[in-house]
Amino acid sequence: MTDWPLLSITTFLPLLGAAFILSIRGEAEVVARNARNVALLTSVATFLVSLLVWANFNSGTADFQMVDQARWLPGFDISYKMGVDGISLFFVLLSTFLTPLCILSAWVAVQKRVKEYMISFLILETMMVGMFCALDLILFYVFFEAVLIPMFIIIGVWGGPRRVYAAFKFFLYTLLGSVLMLLAILAIYFDAHTTDIQVLIAHPFPVAMQTWLWLAFFASFAVKVPMWPVHTWLPDAHVEAPTAGSVILAGVLLKMGGYGFLRFSLPMFPVASHDFAPLVFTLSIVAVIYTSLVALVQQDMKKLIAYSSVAHMGFVTIGVFTVQVQGIEGAIFQMLSHGVVSAALFLCVGVVYDRMHTREIARYGGLASKMPAYALIFMVFTMASVGLPGTSGFIGEFLVLMGAFQTNSWVALLAATGLILGPAYMLYLYRRVIFGKLVREDLKSILDLSGREIAVFAPLVVVVIWMGVYPVSFLEPMHASVAKLINDYQLAQTAADTASVAVR
Amino acid sequence: MQELPNFAPALPEIFIAFSAIALLLLGVFRKEDATQGITVLAIVAMLFAGLLVPAAAGGRVVTFGGMFVVDGFSAFTKVLVLLASAFTMAMSANWLHREKLERFEYPVLMLLATLGMMLMISANNLMALYLGLELQSLALYVLAAYQRDSGRATEAGLKYFVLGSLASGMLLYGSSLIYGFAGTTGFDALGHSFAQGVPVGVTVGMVFVIAALAFKISAVPFHMWTPDVYEGAPTPVTAFFAVAPKIAAFSLLVRVMVGPFGDLTHQWSQVVIFISLASMALGAFGAIAQNNIKRLMAYSSIGHVGYALIGLAVGDQVGIRGVLIYLAIYLFMNVGTFAVILAMRQKGRLMEGIDDLAGLSKTHPMSAAAMAIFMFSMAGIPPLAGFWGKLYVFMAAIEKGFITLAVVGVLTSVVSAYYYLRIIKVMYFDEPVEALDHGTGKGLSFIVAFNAILIVVFTFLPSSLVSSASTAAAALFGG
Repeated sequence: MTDWPLLSITTFLPLLGAAFILSIRGEAEVVARNARNVALLTSVATFLVSLLVWANFNSGTADFQMVDQARWLPGFDISYKMGVDGISLFFVLLSTFLTPLCILSAWVAVQKRVKEYMISFLILETMMVGMFCALDLILFYVFFEAVLIPMFIIIGVWGGPRRVYAAFKFFLYTLLGSVLMLLAILAIYFDAHTTDIQVLIAHPFPVAMQTWLWLAFFASFAVKVPMWPVHTWLPDAHVEAPTAGSVILAGVLLKMGGYGFLRFSLPMFPVASHDFAPLVFTLSIVAVIYTSLVALVQQDMKKLIAYSSVAHMGFVTIGVFTVQVQGIEGAIFQMLSHGVVSAALFLCVGVVYDRMHTREIARYGGLASKMPAYALIFMVFTMASVGLPGTSGFIGEFLVLMGAFQTNSWVALLAATGLILGPAYMLYLYRRVIFGKLVREDLKSILDLSGREIAVFAPLVVVVIWMGVYPVSFLEPMHASVAKLINDYQLAQTAADTASVAVR
Repeated sequence: MQELPNFAPALPEIFIAFSAIALLLLGVFRKEDATQGITVLAIVAMLFAGLLVPAAAGGRVVTFGGMFVVDGFSAFTKVLVLLASAFTMAMSANWLHREKLERFEYPVLMLLATLGMMLMISANNLMALYLGLELQSLALYVLAAYQRDSGRATEAGLKYFVLGSLASGMLLYGSSLIYGFAGTTGFDALGHSFAQGVPVGVTVGMVFVIAALAFKISAVPFHMWTPDVYEGAPTPVTAFFAVAPKIAAFSLLVRVMVGPFGDLTHQWSQVVIFISLASMALGAFGAIAQNNIKRLMAYSSIGHVGYALIGLAVGDQVGIRGVLIYLAIYLFMNVGTFAVILAMRQKGRLMEGIDDLAGLSKTHPMSAAAMAIFMFSMAGIPPLAGFWGKLYVFMAAIEKGFITLAVVGVLTSVVSAYYYLRIIKVMYFDEPVEALDHGTGKGLSFIVAFNAILIVVFTFLPSSLVSSASTAAAALFGG
């Protein structure tokens, strides 16, 4: 099995499914049914293939594995090159894990233009997986940007009332950040004469150049994460996007920024990363505290979860730039955990939205009596979101704080306030929606979870508990890659220090 | 007796000239009923000439007493021009039929304009340049006013003529200055004469020549005619304007700047940088408020010229390669877009408003998907071809340290993404008000589908275009 180009198969299998759906003809009803089935089948098959990637992954080495390479642009050293290491492995799995759930969650919620919807999601999956696997900067950029096209369509066509505004804001914000990165990529190409990530990681960039390159990459990734103060596109996009769109947005697209920091900023520009770490810490702490406070006053469920995402991603950026083993592994773990938990929370909102067609918190209350199963599942994810021990959220936040404490105890102290504010807004949300007396007339006939919805939530619950109780199966494959990353980073710092001493 | 010049390098041009005359005769004798046949024959002639061009081109050959040059560069751009002409000719056939304007002059004029462009591309002397440019322009003036019952078309034709003559005048004035100070009009001779200092008169003359050519490629600040002429001219003619003459004038500009004035890079590069910056900015901001899709395309083309000019501003082989790749991709995006616009009919009438596209994704899913591909591609979003066009010019700019140009370029590309997205928004997010007609021509659908597939597939197989553009650019630098 290992000689198969597993990563390329994982990446392009959804595209094949999309092409197949495109060719479906016939009556609208039949087309919609077939499109759903094909999309689900393709995405599940993709997930199974990605599990093979995990099974074949060798945790003992920090090298990139399962590398596929092909010539792409003649005359330049730019090739099609895919591979995974301990950092990217789980992001690939996260993408392939969430896509079938998204498709399943939209089974009845999306009734118009089903065919286009399924095609968009499958294309989106290809772009996401390709982005995490890409081992060439130009290839990475192509996937990174191409994600915008299906997401723009998903928000704009199947979104809420202000979908046009949200779609444009999402697209233009992220594009503005990314184009600067494109220029930086070109500058890298002319400095190193290659865009092969494996080579670039070992390439020493001049210190003055690192600063500019770091800033250009930061412009792109900070918007994606999103970091305060460039996060404002996120609440709009989340509120207007259809449920499955929010799930992918929170679950995978936000991780692209964090992944970018780990894959590019730290290893390629270590000196600049060191210099700019205080900036990142400051912005992240503001994000943790400020957006948590903003989340407290939200009237819209999705908006509240969107702001909580910004706060949780603040932990991630802190963890990344501590450059401690615990910090970085915690950041990756936090991203995976947030990917699953926030996706699940958006799905929870989607469940009641499908029934009542409103996301206003005040319109709900007392759901526990009519929807016990829903109340239980919502509870699990609320607890995971606030970081209760035994759930995935705890491990990520704990490791990040441990890493932060070693680097700067003030950062750890301030970030820890997020652990108090987080439960505040999440439990407040939970109380207002689930507990209390059921007074509203239209809520009295609300139905509990259907079999299909339980099938969507069950794998998410399992993963959240698994990650919380036995995190080793996820942390183990990361160790070698993270250790190498930190080792290289410290070597570069020492080299830079010696150089600056020599100049003096 | 004087020896005859070598005709072989000019074979494609001679072929087109004879085709034009033969079709003209055919039309005169057979009257109106032969129009469809003549249109088809004209397309065949263009495509055949497109095959002749690479066959005729080997190394660099100069003939007709140094007036005419054929090299890899001219072959590349000539193929582009002939392709563009053939595409637009095919698009026109349907339109001519529906608007009941079938006259045999139309294809003949297109052929003559194409001939003019090919002469421009192969010009190796300021006089040959002028002759080619005028042959092209005169045919285009008539084509712009072809729909003579329409006030707007006539106005467009007249505007184009008046401003075009002004540009021609500037070109002639500039050429005479250059001749006066350098003593020659031949590109080869000019190229050798500035090694020891440049007379001021030559610099002034060169600026006049740049201005005239900037007019032809509609670069800011000589762009004023573009939106009006694009809007007023019949749509297939607009499609023609947007592509073929631009490519021809651009390759001429490149040849003049890099060849005879190659030693004057210091003098002209700042001019080119300025018009590049101004074109990108105006193209991006000017298009935002447009409601007519043809006007929008006019501003969009101004912007695209700005991006392509980045490659010229850089001025080396990498830069020119970027220009060529950009122009080739621009050709396919524009032809496809205009084919979609030409298929926008409501109860038989041609529509031009952006709002008329509302809900196109529901009524015509395939056209809408193709149009979305063209728009995303023009905005430069990967993995579509438009991204690669931009990538190659920015690559050249970064390599030579034109950071400002590159930064302004990417920022304006974000601004211009806004209006391209707006078209997608109208097609996909809005509800259809009144559906457009179905079945507006098989030929158009074919052109739309062909170009859309090309734009998508380019990412997977970029090598053929990139390597032929590299060869063409190398030819210009004596490689």
